[in-house]
Amino acid sequence: MKLKKVILPALSFAMALFVSGLLVAFSDSKVLALKNQPLSMIGKGFATAGSAYWALFRGSIFDPQLAEGHFFQGFYPLSETLVAASPLILTGLSVALAFRAGLFNIGAQGQFIAGAIGASWVGFTFDLPVVIHALAAIAAALLFSGIYGGFVGLLKARTGAHEVIVTIMLNYVAGYFLLWLLSTTAFLRPGRQDPLAPEVKTTARLPHLFGSELRANLGFIVALTAAAVVWWLLNRSTWGFRFRAVGANAAASRTAGISVSRVTTSVMFIAGALAGLGGAVQILGSEPAMTAGVGGSFGFDAITVALLGRATPLGTVLAALLFGALRAGGLTMQASTETPLDLVLVIQALVVLFIAAPALIKSLFRLKSVEVGETVASKGWNG
Amino acid sequence: MSTQEVRALSAPERRRKRGIITMAGLGAFALAIFGILPKNGEPVTYNFVLGNEWVLAKEIIVNSKNGSLFFAVIALLSVLLATLQFRARKTIRAASGIFGAAFLMSFLCWAAAGKFVPFTGLLQGALFLSVPLIFGAMAGVLSERSGVINIAIEGQLLAGAFMSGVIASLTQNKIAGLLIAPFAGMAISWLLAIFAIKYGIDQVVLGFVLNVLVIGLTNFLYKKLLIPYQSTWNSGGTFAPIEIPLLSKIPVIGPIFFSQSIIVYLMYAVVIIIHIALFKSKWGLRTRSVGEHPTAAESVGIDVNKIRFRNVLLAGAVAGLGGAFFTLGAVGSFSKEMTAGKGFIALAALIFGRWSPLGAVAAALIFGFADNLQGLLTITGTPIPSEFMLMAPYIATIIAVSGFVGKVRAPAADGVAYKRGGGSH
Repeated sequence: MKLKKVILPALSFAMALFVSGLLVAFSDSKVLALKNQPLSMIGKGFATAGSAYWALFRGSIFDPQLAEGHFFQGFYPLSETLVAASPLILTGLSVALAFRAGLFNIGAQGQFIAGAIGASWVGFTFDLPVVIHALAAIAAALLFSGIYGGFVGLLKARTGAHEVIVTIMLNYVAGYFLLWLLSTTAFLRPGRQDPLAPEVKTTARLPHLFGSELRANLGFIVALTAAAVVWWLLNRSTWGFRFRAVGANAAASRTAGISVSRVTTSVMFIAGALAGLGGAVQILGSEPAMTAGVGGSFGFDAITVALLGRATPLGTVLAALLFGALRAGGLTMQASTETPLDLVLVIQALVVLFIAAPALIKSLFRLKSVEVGETVASKGWNG
Repeated sequence: MSTQEVRALSAPERRRKRGIITMAGLGAFALAIFGILPKNGEPVTYNFVLGNEWVLAKEIIVNSKNGSLFFAVIALLSVLLATLQFRARKTIRAASGIFGAAFLMSFLCWAAAGKFVPFTGLLQGALFLSVPLIFGAMAGVLSERSGVINIAIEGQLLAGAFMSGVIASLTQNKIAGLLIAPFAGMAISWLLAIFAIKYGIDQVVLGFVLNVLVIGLTNFLYKKLLIPYQSTWNSGGTFAPIEIPLLSKIPVIGPIFFSQSIIVYLMYAVVIIIHIALFKSKWGLRTRSVGEHPTAAESVGIDVNKIRFRNVLLAGAVAGLGGAFFTLGAVGSFSKEMTAGKGFIALAALIFGRWSPLGAVAAALIFGFADNLQGLLTITGTPIPSEFMLMAPYIATIIAVSGFVGKVRAPAADGVAYKRGGGSH
């Protein structure tokens, strides 16, 4: 049973790697130069793609070169994977939770930014004792981003405004607001003009997990804890039951006495807070100085993570680890093989596309007995 | 009198009433903040281009305080006109249009106090920035009116921009680039169609993933091929503007509308054709019927999914053509993620314009104007930070979908996959 559930994602990932590998091979000038000798061209193509993927592995899991002096050092890339995965887990959980309640949260980007603003502001403004400072920064992040997300839910509950549109628009609003904020004196470093906030004080930083050499930090544990809480919330609590009931059938839930508008608002509040926690982990864990680009591509990535993880907490964690590895490894791949980091986006999109189309994978591999499971679905504009 | 009060207002009437209240509030705001609040007026210089030769310019100098007051009063008078039309149970569209223009002018007089405003250039730039939005919104109309949500407009625009730039560069023929652009957009919408219609995959999710795919692919190829081999891969160039005889000589209007590149003229054609075809042709009736009530459409022998498939492909072609504007119409070469979220603003224009072609065009023009005004005011310096001006279209869209200016309703079956004979699920 368990194995069958893994087959489809695994095959999708393999297909995505294969198609992306073709892209790497046949956009390489050295490979294209061999177009008169098809056999050596194919060989060179395989070699090119192979070296790119080897670099991807070295940058994300284990690097034999780094391990030569001290074996433990070889796992430096794995620590980078954990650093990249932590905010992905949290933003992914944000999208996944909303999905389960029938809401498509495209706003993880904006909520992430709201959280980063909160954590950064508390982190560099106040002077507080060690543990309390970090907790206060996280609380500010949760509050800001929770309100930013909850507003969407409230708007949907009150006026029927579709969350997809509102969250897309709020992502832009958050981005420009951050840009403006970084130009104000409160968020400018003394004596600097470029949009870069002061670093959060060391009292607010999250401690490293495996010594100061490796960047992996408590943020990863925070993310795993959040995943456990979301699992409990969805599967063991009354609230979670209501969330899932509304997601499955809003009209029936209303008839059964569940307040759909209250559920919508609270789901979006929690989803926003989760994404904002991602922003806090990013700021307090690995990037203490907030820049205009703090949001990165977390909005996109969160959705692909949630989709790949089938909107379950465990799936989301695994998907975020995979994409975190791709992120971390992509940097090494770009540096050592001249393969642009953007290949990672292509792989991500293809994985999700194949996952979303089980019928395609099944017909490609002539599988019959594979369990397709539920596909994640949003609702139309009027839903 | 009493019978009129007792009678319950219909939905459009309630919408109009709310619209009038909103306009009255905004008009009063303009009067107070732009007109009365500033202590001293400063001269605003408006520059109008009369002919197509830029030398033939005329300058009008207005006092900012007087100008703001004047236009705020006009805005309030148009609210009065709207109220009268409402009482007479007519539409308030014309009055709303006057209100919008007067409000903007009142704002402009206030924001540009003591500055120089190249008025014709401002409108020309607004149209320029609206072009990809209009193409994108038309792609949305084609697809969504038939019942398929098109979040992938961004990807279709980007694919069109990339392919048209690359092909124009490789062949050194801009026409070839322009011809390939619709096919690039169509390739993306073909994926949307096959997965959404044939496999019934969620359309919002799918559109989103397709955007990521196109962004990833074009970024990858841009870095791998277009940057290192720029002279062969990325030097397509731009179309020169074509002046339409006679029409381009009309003062102010001529230089704005009739001295443009071929892509803009194609846009006029696309908008007019879609508007007429959607409401007057057999194809349009079928499109709207499968978008609103696919089961009923099928019961009279219409192949729902075939119509949707064709419309989605057509939508991709239109968006792809719009993508060519980024490279062949504006910049001359492709750059990374050059559509910069325009596809999502086009989506907002579509919704703002209530899924009607002309409404979407109007919304796209407003967004383009806001964008360009923001650019101008950033250069000249204004009381409002430019970031807040940039937010305006997005906030306006949120207000629009929240029903403050009327309930916005999508085609009933938009986003719902259709299974033959089985009804929608």
